[in-house]
Amino acid sequence: MAIRFTVNGKPQTVDVDPNMPLLWVIRDTLNMTGTKFGCGLALCGACTVHIDGEATRSCITPVSSVEGKKITTIEGLSPDNSHPVQRAWIEIDVPQCGYCQSGQIMSAAALLAGNPHPTDAQIEQAMAGNICRCGTYQRIKEAIHRAAAMHREAAPATGAEFDRIEQGVVAGGAK
Amino acid sequence: MSVMTTRIDRRKFLKTGLAGATGLIIGFYLPGRHEVLMADAAPADLNAFIHISPENTVTILVARSEMGQGVATSLPMLVAEELECDWREIRFEFAPAARVYFNPHMHSQGTGGSTSINSSWEPLRMAGATAREMLIAAAAQKWGVDASGCRAQAGEVVHAATKRRATYGSLAEAAAKLPVPDEVKLKDYAEFQVIGKPFKRLDVHEKVDGRARFGIDSRRPGMYHAVVLRCPVFGGKAAKVNASKAKSVRGVKDVFPISSGIAVVADNTWNAMEGRRALDVEWDEGPNAAVTTAAIFERFSQALEKPGVPAKTVGDAASSFSRAVKKVEAEYRAPYEAHATMEPMNCTADVREDGAELWVPTQFQTSSQAVAARIAGVRPEQVKVHTTFLGGGFGRRGETDFVMEACEVSKAMKAPAQVTWSRDDDTQHDFYRPAALIRLSAGLDASGKPVSFAAHIACDSVFRWALPSAVQNGMDRTSVDGFSDIPYDIPNILVDYQLVPGPVPLGFWRSVGCSQNGFFRECFIDELAVAAGKDPYEFRRDLLRHSPRDLGVLDMAADKAGWGKPLPHGRYRGIAVVKGFDTYVAEVAELSLDADRNVKVHRVVAAVDLGQPVNPAIIEQQVHSGIVYGLSQTLKGEITIDKGRVEQANFDTFEVLRMTEMPHVDVYITTSHRTPPTGMGEPAVPPIAPAVFNAIYAATGKRLRRIPYRPGDLA
Repeated sequence: MAIRFTVNGKPQTVDVDPNMPLLWVIRDTLNMTGTKFGCGLALCGACTVHIDGEATRSCITPVSSVEGKKITTIEGLSPDNSHPVQRAWIEIDVPQCGYCQSGQIMSAAALLAGNPHPTDAQIEQAMAGNICRCGTYQRIKEAIHRAAAMHREAAPATGAEFDRIEQGVVAGGAK
Repeated sequence: MSVMTTRIDRRKFLKTGLAGATGLIIGFYLPGRHEVLMADAAPADLNAFIHISPENTVTILVARSEMGQGVATSLPMLVAEELECDWREIRFEFAPAARVYFNPHMHSQGTGGSTSINSSWEPLRMAGATAREMLIAAAAQKWGVDASGCRAQAGEVVHAATKRRATYGSLAEAAAKLPVPDEVKLKDYAEFQVIGKPFKRLDVHEKVDGRARFGIDSRRPGMYHAVVLRCPVFGGKAAKVNASKAKSVRGVKDVFPISSGIAVVADNTWNAMEGRRALDVEWDEGPNAAVTTAAIFERFSQALEKPGVPAKTVGDAASSFSRAVKKVEAEYRAPYEAHATMEPMNCTADVREDGAELWVPTQFQTSSQAVAARIAGVRPEQVKVHTTFLGGGFGRRGETDFVMEACEVSKAMKAPAQVTWSRDDDTQHDFYRPAALIRLSAGLDASGKPVSFAAHIACDSVFRWALPSAVQNGMDRTSVDGFSDIPYDIPNILVDYQLVPGPVPLGFWRSVGCSQNGFFRECFIDELAVAAGKDPYEFRRDLLRHSPRDLGVLDMAADKAGWGKPLPHGRYRGIAVVKGFDTYVAEVAELSLDADRNVKVHRVVAAVDLGQPVNPAIIEQQVHSGIVYGLSQTLKGEITIDKGRVEQANFDTFEVLRMTEMPHVDVYITTSHRTPPTGMGEPAVPPIAPAVFNAIYAATGKRLRRIPYRPGDLA
């Protein structure tokens, strides 16, 4: 049975086991390897993607459930590392081994889209589902504040910029 | 150290042709191996370290594995310091497996023991200096001037008198035709322009947009995906396999036994996992089917009834203990720990009749190569090892079990194959940090000064599993690390070891023996301070008068943490100092307990002395990293055994530190000892467990003697 959805603005049709988690469809069927496998039980957050803008653990999301939905992966967050979260991650030099960072960045981008000025406690709660064994937590927190500040500098608004950037890339990716 | 002029006689540099590349290429020549390299007609890029292209890019071949610790940045910095290149033109590539890239600390090509910087400190700076001198000579020749009037700066050679300048790229091909200088002068510490600066990581961009390729991201044309079902009991094997259901699962291509279990091969990872779920296997659980953690500790306890193999003997600990005014005795224990790298174990192999290729996140290129060669039936030189980024290593990726599996599957399928482990596989089939039991005793004189100290250690040996020849007369130095080199000035010391072999596979776990021994020692020293009625910091100071570097970091951490100054209500401090891999680290932890006795660590202050810092920002990252890794074993998960199998499986049963539990960490690096740098990958781990447990004592007056912390232990 063919299942249709878009990934980073590009329409995709896959014919796979409908129970197959979206993670493996992205990684093995579509060969986009930026989204990572860490646990398979939504315990570590390495597989986080956006489904219609919501941060979602793709490792427990059956592909049949995303029919007709818009999926954004780390590869589609921006075409050139220009998303404020990516810029902040680069500025603060967050990654160490880097394996969990796709998931961390996708969680952080979703947090800021809904809450452009999060407090430390709000960041901790929003990011608690993303494990980093290298221990980059302190720099992640710093980078999320930095991304929020970039956003404030650009346009003191609600989080629309985070949405706009993501949607813009989604649209751009469809060309 | 004064200005260093090094004659290149031990290792001679040479120029070499990089396949398909032009420009200047600097490699290594190992005496006595020259013929071997040539006779093998090794790939032309085999021994390259630096490649300067006509387009001006400088590519550094990184011969250590990048697993987060920053070698892809800090090793190029060593080259750049002497090369005087433009840092923006620097690129890195991971080196293939070859003798020229051997780590002298490991007699093989591997990354471990916090040795990457130390083992590269001289050779990489010399490689940079050699290239620089050849570029200067090429410019001097081109301009018809004396080389002494030319200097290198920011990727150019400049002739001051005539104001001529030429980029390295424009000189590279001419430089490649010149002889390699016999002698180069390395900079003095005071002249460093790159070393000691917080340069940005070279691998950051590809790690924020999904481009970075880890082992699990390897893709080959026609590649199969496989998973392996292994017997849950250590040492067990399959007795009866019914694969008919598994073979009928969508996408499953084949099911067959390999040396570690039953391989299920499919067109994608998920289908392979589904096929594995459908396998019907009867296990022969073997001799370990009844093993429990309690039984293992009981064997440790029995072993400690007898004297062990001495690791350190100073004076007469027994008789001085019997005469002591005050006696302190305690028993501590530490559990097995899994590495739990974020990227589960995996390897991609293409085994062919004429050779093999590996795409592998490995800490041990030459072992991986040897394993693949054995399975493929070819010589090691016929195995090409592509080292990918490693999604964490912590010692686990020095093993080759996952390489063996991928090679066996690829060989059977006659096609490239990727073996991927699930999180459960990874947790239950690790090579664990050894569980250990220790009995400690010490005697104090009337003034509270320790006069005797004894440590009796029982655990299985990591080297018995990893490299049996390294166990001599029942002694594994990693089992006694932290005690055999105890820095405290105590006149009578005995450290001995009972090697208790067991069925649980062991391996090198970030900071190895110090990961448990640091906890034991530094908590017990705290007990002695309490018995002496002294402040734990001042007590250590008194005993470290002749150990200036331990004392230096201890003082720095105490000072920066405001030791002795009042804390907010409900906050308590603990301190510890441990040298690991010749790097000195002291940490002060500040914590509180809630009504349910849950511990919250608010702040950690760390002071480190690793000689000359190469990249302080990366050092800071590694201190954060070590503290988080150490906090996980202090407060979170442990591995326990029942019925011969690991009881934990995923991150719900083997918990690790999350952001909500992250303390604020402040890192201070002392530069008072300008000596060649030691490593930072591991040494921040050991002090955190004792610093936290000593703070728990400060908060509660109760001395807990086992990690991880469980609120029930305070009841």
